[in-house]
Amino acid sequence: MTATEDVLPIEEELPLEKLPLDAWHRAQGARMVGFAGYEMPIQYEGIMAEHAWTREHAGLFDVSHMGQIGFSGEGVDAALETLLPSDIKGLKPFRQRYSMLLDEEGGILDDLMVARPGDGAFDDAAIYMVVNGATKYDDMGWMIEHLPDEVVMNHMADQALVALQGPEAGEALATLVPGTADLFFMQCGAFEWNGVALWVSRSGYTGEDGFEISIPGDAVEAFAQALCALPQVKPIGLGARDSLRLEAGLPLYGHDLDPRVSAIGADLGFAIQKRRREEGGFIGHARVVCELADGPGSRRVGLSIEGRLPAREGASIYAGDVLVGEVTSGGFAPTVGAPIAMGWVSTPHAAVGTPLSIEVRGKRIAAEVAAMPFVQHKYHRPKS
Amino acid sequence: MSRYFTDEHEWIDVEGEIATVGITDYAQEQLGDIVFVELPAEGATFAKGDDAAVVESVKAASDVYAPLSGEVVEANTALEDEPALVNSDPEEDGWFFKMRIADTSELEGLMDEGAYKKFVASL
Repeated sequence: MTATEDVLPIEEELPLEKLPLDAWHRAQGARMVGFAGYEMPIQYEGIMAEHAWTREHAGLFDVSHMGQIGFSGEGVDAALETLLPSDIKGLKPFRQRYSMLLDEEGGILDDLMVARPGDGAFDDAAIYMVVNGATKYDDMGWMIEHLPDEVVMNHMADQALVALQGPEAGEALATLVPGTADLFFMQCGAFEWNGVALWVSRSGYTGEDGFEISIPGDAVEAFAQALCALPQVKPIGLGARDSLRLEAGLPLYGHDLDPRVSAIGADLGFAIQKRRREEGGFIGHARVVCELADGPGSRRVGLSIEGRLPAREGASIYAGDVLVGEVTSGGFAPTVGAPIAMGWVSTPHAAVGTPLSIEVRGKRIAAEVAAMPFVQHKYHRPKS
Repeated sequence: MSRYFTDEHEWIDVEGEIATVGITDYAQEQLGDIVFVELPAEGATFAKGDDAAVVESVKAASDVYAPLSGEVVEANTALEDEPALVNSDPEEDGWFFKMRIADTSELEGLMDEGAYKKFVASL
Protein backbone atom coordinates (compact mmCIF):
# COMPACT_ATOMS: atom_id res chain seq x y z
CA MET A 1 0.00 0.00 0.00
CA THR A 2 1.37 3.36 -0.90
CA ALA A 3 0.19 6.96 -1.08
CA THR A 4 -0.28 7.97 -4.70
CA GLU A 5 -1.41 11.46 -4.03
CA ASP A 6 -1.21 13.92 -1.21
CA VAL A 7 -2.96 17.22 -0.73
CA LEU A 8 -0.19 18.50 1.48
CA PRO A 9 3.07 17.31 -0.02
CA ILE A 10 6.57 18.05 1.10
CA GLU A 11 7.22 20.94 -1.22
CA GLU A 12 10.91 21.52 -0.73
CA GLU A 13 13.99 19.34 -0.73
CA LEU A 14 15.73 21.50 1.85
CA PRO A 15 16.04 20.18 5.41
CA LEU A 16 12.85 20.94 7.31
CA GLU A 17 12.98 23.63 9.97
CA LYS A 18 11.22 23.63 13.31
CA LEU A 19 8.79 26.34 14.41
CA PRO A 20 8.30 27.59 18.00
CA LEU A 21 5.38 25.26 18.77
CA ASP A 22 7.12 22.14 17.43
CA ALA A 23 7.70 20.39 20.77
CA TRP A 24 4.26 21.41 22.01
CA HIS A 25 2.55 19.90 18.95
CA ARG A 26 4.39 16.61 19.50
CA ALA A 27 3.43 16.62 23.18
CA GLN A 28 -0.24 17.02 22.11
CA GLY A 29 0.09 13.90 19.95
CA ALA A 30 0.37 15.60 16.57
CA ARG A 31 1.53 13.75 13.49
CA MET A 32 4.10 16.02 11.87
CA VAL A 33 4.72 16.39 8.12
CA GLY A 34 6.87 18.60 5.92
CA PHE A 35 5.06 21.65 4.61
CA ALA A 36 6.46 24.91 3.21
CA GLY A 37 9.90 24.00 4.52
CA TYR A 38 8.80 23.33 8.10
CA GLU A 39 7.69 20.39 10.15
CA MET A 40 4.01 21.04 10.74
CA PRO A 41 1.16 19.19 12.48
CA ILE A 42 -1.13 17.57 9.92
CA GLN A 43 -3.49 16.03 12.46
CA TYR A 44 -3.96 15.19 16.12
CA GLU A 45 -6.94 12.89 16.70
CA GLY A 46 -8.10 12.76 13.06
CA ILE A 47 -9.12 15.14 10.31
CA MET A 48 -12.87 14.44 10.47
CA ALA A 49 -13.08 14.96 14.24
CA GLU A 50 -10.89 18.08 14.14
CA HIS A 51 -12.89 19.53 11.26
CA ALA A 52 -16.16 18.97 13.12
CA TRP A 53 -14.71 20.40 16.35
CA THR A 54 -13.76 23.62 14.56
CA ARG A 55 -17.22 23.97 12.99
CA GLU A 56 -18.89 23.45 16.40
CA HIS A 57 -16.45 24.88 18.95
CA ALA A 58 -13.02 26.49 18.46
CA GLY A 59 -9.87 25.12 16.86
CA LEU A 60 -6.34 26.39 17.42
CA PHE A 61 -4.19 26.34 14.28
CA ASP A 62 -0.46 27.01 14.12
CA VAL A 63 0.27 29.08 11.01
CA SER A 64 3.68 30.29 12.12
CA HIS A 65 5.17 29.17 8.80
CA MET A 66 3.45 32.11 7.14
CA GLY A 67 5.45 35.26 6.49
CA GLN A 68 4.80 38.30 8.67
CA ILE A 69 6.23 41.50 7.25
CA GLY A 70 6.17 45.09 8.50
CA PHE A 71 6.58 48.08 6.18
CA SER A 72 7.52 51.59 7.19
CA GLY A 73 9.11 54.69 5.73
CA GLU A 74 8.03 57.67 3.70
CA GLY A 75 5.55 57.02 0.93
CA VAL A 76 4.86 53.45 2.00
CA ASP A 77 1.19 53.51 0.93
CA ALA A 78 1.93 54.81 -2.55
CA ALA A 79 4.85 52.41 -2.95
CA LEU A 80 2.76 49.39 -1.94
CA GLU A 81 0.03 50.47 -4.36
CA THR A 82 2.52 49.92 -7.19
CA LEU A 83 2.67 46.22 -6.17
CA LEU A 84 -0.78 45.48 -4.75
CA PRO A 85 -3.99 45.98 -6.76
CA SER A 86 -5.92 46.90 -3.60
CA ASP A 87 -6.71 50.27 -2.07
CA ILE A 88 -3.94 50.76 0.49
CA LYS A 89 -4.23 54.56 0.83
CA GLY A 90 -7.86 54.15 1.85
CA LEU A 91 -7.13 51.39 4.37
CA LYS A 92 -8.07 52.83 7.78
CA PRO A 93 -6.09 52.24 10.97
CA PHE A 94 -6.96 48.89 12.57
CA ARG A 95 -8.45 47.53 9.36
CA GLN A 96 -7.31 44.59 7.24
CA ARG A 97 -7.80 43.65 3.58
CA TYR A 98 -7.27 40.62 1.38
CA SER A 99 -4.91 41.35 -1.50
CA MET A 100 -2.47 39.78 -3.96
CA LEU A 101 0.90 40.27 -5.55
CA LEU A 102 0.60 40.18 -9.34
CA ASP A 103 3.36 39.75 -11.90
CA GLU A 104 3.77 41.78 -15.13
CA GLU A 105 1.42 39.43 -17.00
CA GLY A 106 -1.21 39.73 -14.29
CA GLY A 107 -0.49 36.25 -12.90
CA ILE A 108 -0.82 35.75 -9.15
CA LEU A 109 2.51 35.54 -7.29
CA ASP A 110 0.81 35.24 -3.90
CA ASP A 111 -2.34 36.08 -2.01
CA LEU A 112 -2.02 37.87 1.30
CA MET A 113 -3.54 39.96 4.07
CA VAL A 114 -2.58 43.59 4.50
CA ALA A 115 -3.39 45.65 7.60
CA ARG A 116 -2.78 49.13 8.95
CA PRO A 117 -1.84 48.87 12.63
CA GLY A 118 -2.30 52.55 13.53
CA ASP A 119 0.52 54.72 14.86
CA GLY A 120 3.06 52.65 16.75
CA ALA A 121 0.46 50.00 17.58
CA PHE A 122 2.47 47.04 16.27
CA ASP A 123 6.26 47.08 16.02
CA ASP A 124 6.25 50.60 14.51
CA ALA A 125 4.97 49.15 11.23
CA ALA A 126 2.87 51.48 9.06
CA ILE A 127 1.60 48.44 7.17
CA TYR A 128 1.59 44.79 8.32
CA MET A 129 1.34 41.97 5.83
CA VAL A 130 0.86 38.21 6.14
CA VAL A 131 1.92 36.12 3.14
CA ASN A 132 1.99 32.38 2.45
CA GLY A 133 4.78 30.35 3.99
CA ALA A 134 5.94 28.58 0.82
CA THR A 135 6.24 31.88 -1.07
CA LYS A 136 7.42 34.28 1.64
CA TYR A 137 11.07 34.52 0.56
CA ASP A 138 10.13 34.91 -3.12
CA ASP A 139 7.59 37.58 -2.13
CA MET A 140 10.16 39.49 -0.12
CA GLY A 141 12.65 39.29 -3.00
CA TRP A 142 10.03 40.59 -5.41
CA MET A 143 9.07 43.43 -3.08
CA ILE A 144 12.68 44.46 -2.32
CA GLU A 145 13.27 44.63 -6.05
CA HIS A 146 10.22 46.81 -6.69
CA LEU A 147 9.96 49.05 -3.62
CA PRO A 148 11.86 52.34 -3.35
CA ASP A 149 14.75 52.63 -0.86
CA GLU A 150 12.67 54.87 1.42
CA VAL A 151 10.39 51.95 2.25
CA VAL A 152 11.82 49.65 4.90
CA MET A 153 10.68 46.04 4.96
CA ASN A 154 11.00 44.06 8.19
CA HIS A 155 10.57 40.29 8.15
CA MET A 156 9.11 39.64 11.61
CA ALA A 157 10.72 36.21 11.77
CA ASP A 158 10.57 36.05 15.58
CA GLN A 159 6.77 36.34 15.62
CA ALA A 160 4.63 33.21 15.78
CA LEU A 161 1.14 33.24 14.26
CA VAL A 162 -1.81 31.20 15.48
CA ALA A 163 -5.43 31.16 14.35
CA LEU A 164 -8.37 30.46 16.65
CA GLN A 165 -11.38 29.54 14.52
CA GLY A 166 -14.96 28.48 15.15
CA PRO A 167 -18.24 29.66 16.67
CA GLU A 168 -16.82 29.59 20.21
CA ALA A 169 -13.55 31.36 19.28
CA GLY A 170 -14.90 34.76 20.36
CA GLU A 171 -15.90 33.76 23.88
CA ALA A 172 -12.77 31.63 24.31
CA LEU A 173 -10.32 34.36 23.34
CA ALA A 174 -12.21 36.97 25.39
CA THR A 175 -11.64 34.98 28.58
CA LEU A 176 -7.86 35.36 28.08
CA VAL A 177 -7.72 38.63 26.19
CA PRO A 178 -10.59 40.97 27.15
CA GLY A 179 -11.54 43.41 24.43
CA THR A 180 -10.99 41.10 21.48
CA ALA A 181 -14.73 40.37 21.35
CA ASP A 182 -15.29 43.98 20.24
CA LEU A 183 -13.52 43.37 16.92
CA PHE A 184 -15.58 42.72 13.81
CA PHE A 185 -14.48 40.73 10.76
CA MET A 186 -11.35 42.24 9.19
CA GLN A 187 -10.72 44.58 12.12
CA CYS A 188 -7.49 44.30 14.10
CA GLY A 189 -5.78 45.72 17.14
CA ALA A 190 -3.02 45.54 19.73
CA PHE A 191 -3.81 43.60 22.90
CA GLU A 192 -1.90 42.11 25.82
CA TRP A 193 -1.90 38.72 27.49
CA ASN A 194 0.17 38.16 30.67
CA GLY A 195 2.36 41.11 29.76
CA VAL A 196 2.93 39.77 26.24
CA ALA A 197 2.07 42.04 23.31
CA LEU A 198 -0.43 40.51 20.85
CA TRP A 199 -1.54 41.69 17.44
CA VAL A 200 -5.02 40.30 16.84
CA SER A 201 -7.16 40.41 13.70
CA ARG A 202 -10.67 39.00 13.41
CA SER A 203 -10.02 36.86 10.37
CA GLY A 204 -8.90 33.41 9.33
CA TYR A 205 -9.21 30.94 6.51
CA THR A 206 -11.86 28.45 7.56
CA GLY A 207 -15.08 30.38 6.83
CA GLU A 208 -15.78 30.47 10.57
CA ASP A 209 -15.67 33.45 12.87
CA GLY A 210 -12.24 33.64 14.45
CA PHE A 211 -8.96 35.39 14.99
CA GLU A 212 -5.38 35.39 13.84
CA ILE A 213 -2.96 36.26 16.61
CA SER A 214 0.64 37.34 16.14
CA ILE A 215 2.71 36.74 19.29
CA PRO A 216 6.45 36.60 20.01
CA GLY A 217 7.74 33.09 19.32
CA ASP A 218 9.09 32.70 22.86
CA ALA A 219 5.61 33.26 24.35
CA VAL A 220 3.49 31.23 21.96
CA GLU A 221 3.76 27.88 23.75
CA ALA A 222 2.39 29.29 27.01
CA PHE A 223 -0.36 31.03 25.05
CA ALA A 224 -1.31 27.88 23.13
CA GLN A 225 -1.34 25.98 26.40
CA ALA A 226 -3.62 28.57 28.02
CA LEU A 227 -6.00 28.52 25.03
CA CYS A 228 -6.19 24.72 24.94
CA ALA A 229 -6.91 24.63 28.67
CA LEU A 230 -10.24 26.29 27.81
CA PRO A 231 -13.11 23.86 27.29
CA GLN A 232 -13.94 25.32 23.84
CA VAL A 233 -10.46 24.90 22.33
CA LYS A 234 -8.54 21.99 20.83
CA PRO A 235 -5.45 22.04 18.61
CA ILE A 236 -6.26 21.36 14.95
CA GLY A 237 -3.89 20.24 12.19
CA LEU A 238 -3.28 21.36 8.64
CA GLY A 239 -5.39 18.50 7.27
CA ALA A 240 -8.59 19.96 8.72
CA ARG A 241 -7.47 23.48 7.87
CA ASP A 242 -7.41 22.36 4.24
CA SER A 243 -10.85 20.71 4.29
CA LEU A 244 -12.36 23.71 6.14
CA ARG A 245 -10.99 26.26 3.68
CA LEU A 246 -12.12 24.13 0.72
CA GLU A 247 -15.68 24.02 2.11
CA ALA A 248 -15.43 27.79 2.62
CA GLY A 249 -14.61 28.17 -1.10
CA LEU A 250 -11.31 29.89 -0.32
CA PRO A 251 -8.46 29.36 -2.79
CA LEU A 252 -5.13 27.94 -1.65
CA TYR A 253 -1.96 29.37 -3.11
CA GLY A 254 0.17 26.83 -5.00
CA HIS A 255 -2.95 24.78 -5.71
CA ASP A 256 -5.90 26.93 -6.83
CA LEU A 257 -3.75 30.00 -7.44
CA ASP A 258 -0.37 30.36 -9.13
CA PRO A 259 1.30 32.63 -11.72
CA ARG A 260 -0.72 31.06 -14.57
CA VAL A 261 -3.89 32.29 -12.90
CA SER A 262 -5.40 35.78 -13.19
CA ALA A 263 -7.10 37.77 -10.45
CA ILE A 264 -10.41 38.17 -12.26
CA GLY A 265 -10.53 34.54 -13.43
CA ALA A 266 -9.78 33.50 -9.86
CA ASP A 267 -12.87 35.45 -8.75
CA LEU A 268 -10.72 37.72 -6.60
CA GLY A 269 -11.89 40.94 -8.24
CA PHE A 270 -13.36 41.99 -4.88
CA ALA A 271 -9.80 42.66 -3.71
CA ILE A 272 -9.34 45.27 -6.45
CA GLN A 273 -11.32 48.33 -5.41
CA LYS A 274 -12.95 50.66 -7.94
CA ARG A 275 -10.34 53.41 -7.74
CA ARG A 276 -7.52 50.95 -8.42
CA ARG A 277 -9.36 49.35 -11.36
CA GLU A 278 -9.83 52.78 -12.91
CA GLU A 279 -6.52 54.42 -12.04
CA GLY A 280 -4.29 51.40 -12.35
CA GLY A 281 -0.69 52.09 -11.41
CA PHE A 282 0.04 48.54 -10.22
CA ILE A 283 1.93 45.69 -11.82
CA GLY A 284 -0.50 43.46 -13.71
CA HIS A 285 -3.16 46.15 -14.24
CA ALA A 286 -3.35 45.62 -18.02
CA ARG A 287 -4.60 42.04 -17.59
CA VAL A 288 -7.13 43.09 -14.97
CA VAL A 289 -8.55 45.82 -17.27
CA CYS A 290 -8.67 43.45 -20.20
CA GLU A 291 -10.44 40.69 -18.27
CA LEU A 292 -12.90 43.11 -16.65
CA ALA A 293 -13.89 44.21 -20.16
CA ASP A 294 -13.82 40.94 -22.07
CA GLY A 295 -14.02 38.32 -19.32
CA PRO A 296 -11.28 35.84 -18.46
CA GLY A 297 -10.67 32.76 -20.59
CA SER A 298 -11.13 30.44 -17.65
CA ARG A 299 -12.51 30.69 -14.17
CA ARG A 300 -12.04 29.18 -10.74
CA VAL A 301 -15.21 27.26 -9.87
CA GLY A 302 -16.57 24.98 -7.19
CA LEU A 303 -17.58 21.45 -8.15
CA SER A 304 -20.07 19.19 -6.45
CA ILE A 305 -19.44 15.53 -7.18
CA GLU A 306 -21.89 12.70 -7.48
CA GLY A 307 -21.24 9.62 -5.37
CA ARG A 308 -18.53 9.23 -2.74
CA LEU A 309 -15.32 8.99 -4.78
CA PRO A 310 -13.22 12.15 -4.21
CA ALA A 311 -11.64 13.92 -7.19
CA ARG A 312 -8.20 15.25 -6.31
CA GLU A 313 -5.85 17.94 -7.52
CA GLY A 314 -4.74 17.32 -11.13
CA ALA A 315 -7.84 15.40 -12.25
CA SER A 316 -9.09 16.39 -15.72
CA ILE A 317 -12.51 18.01 -16.12
CA TYR A 318 -14.60 17.28 -19.21
CA ALA A 319 -17.71 18.72 -20.85
CA GLY A 320 -18.87 15.74 -22.86
CA ASP A 321 -15.66 14.50 -24.49
CA VAL A 322 -13.95 17.89 -24.47
CA LEU A 323 -11.25 18.60 -21.90
CA VAL A 324 -12.29 21.93 -20.34
CA GLY A 325 -10.30 22.19 -17.13
CA GLU A 326 -8.52 20.69 -14.16
CA VAL A 327 -9.22 20.10 -10.48
CA THR A 328 -6.93 22.23 -8.29
CA SER A 329 -8.16 21.16 -4.83
CA GLY A 330 -10.41 18.30 -4.00
CA GLY A 331 -11.32 15.92 -1.26
CA PHE A 332 -14.02 14.69 1.02
CA ALA A 333 -15.90 17.54 2.71
CA PRO A 334 -16.73 16.47 6.26
CA THR A 335 -19.43 19.09 6.90
CA VAL A 336 -21.04 18.61 3.47
CA GLY A 337 -20.72 14.82 3.84
CA ALA A 338 -19.68 14.36 0.21
CA PRO A 339 -16.68 14.92 -2.03
CA ILE A 340 -16.23 18.48 -3.33
CA ALA A 341 -13.59 20.16 -5.42
CA MET A 342 -12.34 23.44 -6.74
CA GLY A 343 -10.89 23.79 -10.22
CA TRP A 344 -10.34 25.85 -13.33
CA VAL A 345 -12.68 25.50 -16.29
CA SER A 346 -12.94 27.45 -19.54
CA THR A 347 -15.47 30.26 -19.17
CA PRO A 348 -18.28 28.80 -21.33
CA HIS A 349 -18.49 25.91 -18.85
CA ALA A 350 -18.15 27.94 -15.65
CA ALA A 351 -21.78 28.83 -14.92
CA VAL A 352 -23.27 27.37 -11.73
CA GLY A 353 -25.25 24.25 -12.61
CA THR A 354 -23.17 23.28 -15.67
CA PRO A 355 -22.95 19.47 -15.82
CA LEU A 356 -19.37 18.24 -16.22
CA SER A 357 -17.45 15.05 -15.58
CA ILE A 358 -14.13 14.44 -13.86
CA GLU A 359 -11.74 11.65 -14.70
CA VAL A 360 -10.55 9.67 -11.69
CA ARG A 361 -8.35 6.64 -12.38
CA GLY A 362 -9.75 6.23 -15.89
CA LYS A 363 -13.38 6.52 -14.78
CA ARG A 364 -15.60 9.53 -15.44
CA ILE A 365 -17.57 10.70 -12.44
CA ALA A 366 -20.46 13.14 -12.76
CA ALA A 367 -19.95 16.63 -11.36
CA GLU A 368 -21.64 19.99 -11.53
CA VAL A 369 -20.40 23.56 -11.19
CA ALA A 370 -21.50 24.57 -7.70
CA ALA A 371 -21.99 27.90 -5.99
CA MET A 372 -19.32 28.61 -3.40
CA PRO A 373 -18.94 28.60 -0.47
CA PHE A 374 -20.04 25.00 0.06
CA VAL A 375 -20.56 25.84 3.75
CA GLN A 376 -21.85 29.32 4.56
CA HIS A 377 -19.36 31.77 6.06
CA LYS A 378 -20.04 32.81 9.64
CA TYR A 379 -17.90 35.93 9.85
CA HIS A 380 -18.66 38.30 12.73
CA ARG A 381 -19.92 41.44 10.99
CA PRO A 382 -21.72 44.48 12.41
CA LYS A 383 -25.50 44.15 12.33
CA SER A 384 -26.78 46.49 9.63
CA MET B 1 -6.15 -20.64 9.20
CA SER B 2 -2.92 -18.70 9.11
CA ARG B 3 -2.40 -14.97 8.86
CA TYR B 4 0.40 -13.42 6.84
CA PHE B 5 1.55 -9.82 6.45
CA THR B 6 3.29 -7.86 3.70
CA ASP B 7 5.70 -4.96 4.07
CA GLU B 8 3.05 -2.89 2.23
CA HIS B 9 0.86 -3.28 5.34
CA GLU B 10 -1.64 -5.80 4.02
CA TRP B 11 -2.79 -8.82 5.98
CA ILE B 12 -3.78 -12.10 4.35
CA ASP B 13 -5.80 -14.88 5.95
CA VAL B 14 -5.33 -18.17 4.13
CA GLU B 15 -7.96 -20.87 4.35
CA GLY B 16 -7.42 -23.65 1.81
CA GLU B 17 -6.95 -21.99 -1.54
CA ILE B 18 -8.81 -18.79 -0.56
CA ALA B 19 -7.00 -15.72 0.77
CA THR B 20 -8.82 -12.84 2.47
CA VAL B 21 -6.98 -9.53 2.12
CA GLY B 22 -7.17 -6.31 4.13
CA ILE B 23 -4.96 -3.53 5.41
CA THR B 24 -3.44 -3.56 8.87
CA ASP B 25 -4.37 -1.50 11.88
CA TYR B 26 -1.06 0.32 11.47
CA ALA B 27 -1.99 1.21 7.87
CA GLN B 28 -5.44 2.55 8.70
CA GLU B 29 -3.94 4.57 11.53
CA GLN B 30 -1.45 6.12 9.10
CA LEU B 31 -4.14 6.85 6.50
CA GLY B 32 -6.54 8.53 8.89
CA ASP B 33 -10.27 8.80 8.23
CA ILE B 34 -11.20 6.61 5.28
CA VAL B 35 -14.00 7.98 3.11
CA PHE B 36 -14.04 5.68 0.08
CA VAL B 37 -12.78 2.24 -0.91
CA GLU B 38 -12.59 1.15 -4.54
CA LEU B 39 -12.78 -2.64 -4.68
CA PRO B 40 -11.83 -5.04 -7.48
CA ALA B 41 -14.57 -6.73 -9.50
CA GLU B 42 -15.37 -10.37 -8.86
CA GLY B 43 -13.51 -12.46 -11.44
CA ALA B 44 -10.67 -9.97 -11.87
CA THR B 45 -7.27 -11.65 -11.98
CA PHE B 46 -4.11 -10.17 -10.56
CA ALA B 47 -0.44 -10.94 -10.57
CA LYS B 48 1.32 -10.39 -7.25
CA GLY B 49 2.04 -6.68 -6.87
CA ASP B 50 -0.71 -5.42 -9.23
CA ASP B 51 -2.91 -2.54 -8.11
CA ALA B 52 -5.98 -4.29 -6.73
CA ALA B 53 -7.89 -1.65 -4.76
CA VAL B 54 -7.75 2.01 -3.83
CA VAL B 55 -8.40 3.44 -0.40
CA GLU B 56 -9.21 7.14 -0.11
CA SER B 57 -8.70 9.00 3.12
CA VAL B 58 -9.78 12.61 3.63
CA LYS B 59 -6.41 13.75 2.39
CA ALA B 60 -5.02 11.13 0.01
CA ALA B 61 -5.65 8.18 -2.28
CA SER B 62 -3.53 5.06 -1.70
CA ASP B 63 -3.17 1.91 -3.78
CA VAL B 64 -3.62 -1.51 -2.27
CA TYR B 65 -1.57 -4.16 -4.08
CA ALA B 66 -2.52 -7.75 -4.69
CA PRO B 67 -0.29 -9.56 -2.17
CA LEU B 68 -0.56 -12.79 -4.18
CA SER B 69 -1.43 -13.81 -7.73
CA GLY B 70 -4.94 -15.09 -8.23
CA GLU B 71 -8.57 -14.42 -9.06
CA VAL B 72 -10.91 -12.26 -7.00
CA VAL B 73 -13.84 -14.35 -5.78
CA GLU B 74 -15.55 -11.80 -3.53
CA ALA B 75 -15.27 -8.11 -2.65
CA ASN B 76 -16.43 -6.73 0.69
CA THR B 77 -19.41 -4.70 -0.47
CA ALA B 78 -20.05 -3.57 3.12
CA LEU B 79 -17.19 -1.09 2.57
CA GLU B 80 -19.16 0.67 -0.16
CA ASP B 81 -21.76 1.77 2.38
CA GLU B 82 -19.42 2.11 5.32
CA PRO B 83 -15.80 2.80 4.31
CA ALA B 84 -15.05 3.77 7.92
CA LEU B 85 -15.16 0.03 8.78
CA VAL B 86 -11.54 0.04 7.61
CA ASN B 87 -10.77 2.41 10.49
CA SER B 88 -12.93 0.78 13.12
CA ASP B 89 -12.23 -2.89 12.37
CA PRO B 90 -9.37 -3.10 9.86
CA GLU B 91 -8.28 -6.65 10.54
CA GLU B 92 -11.73 -8.29 10.66
CA ASP B 93 -14.94 -6.72 9.23
CA GLY B 94 -12.92 -4.18 7.26
CA TRP B 95 -11.45 -6.80 4.88
CA PHE B 96 -11.19 -5.77 1.21
CA PHE B 97 -11.47 -8.88 -0.98
CA LYS B 98 -11.05 -12.65 -1.15
CA MET B 99 -8.98 -14.28 -3.87
CA ARG B 100 -8.29 -17.81 -5.10
CA ILE B 101 -4.56 -18.29 -4.71
CA ALA B 102 -2.84 -19.17 -7.99
CA ASP B 103 0.53 -20.10 -6.55
CA THR B 104 0.88 -20.99 -2.86
CA SER B 105 4.68 -20.69 -3.10
CA GLU B 106 4.13 -16.90 -3.09
CA LEU B 107 3.19 -17.21 0.59
CA GLU B 108 6.80 -17.93 1.36
CA GLY B 109 8.62 -14.76 2.24
CA LEU B 110 5.54 -13.10 3.76
CA MET B 111 5.77 -12.15 7.44
CA ASP B 112 3.94 -13.73 10.33
CA GLU B 113 2.40 -11.56 13.04
CA GLY B 114 5.55 -11.45 15.19
CA ALA B 115 7.76 -10.47 12.26
CA TYR B 116 5.26 -7.80 11.15
CA LYS B 117 5.12 -6.31 14.65
CA LYS B 118 8.91 -6.05 14.65
CA PHE B 119 8.80 -4.53 11.15
CA VAL B 120 6.31 -1.86 12.24
CA ALA B 121 8.30 -1.10 15.38
CA SER B 122 11.33 -0.44 13.19
CA LEU B 123 9.51 2.17 11.05
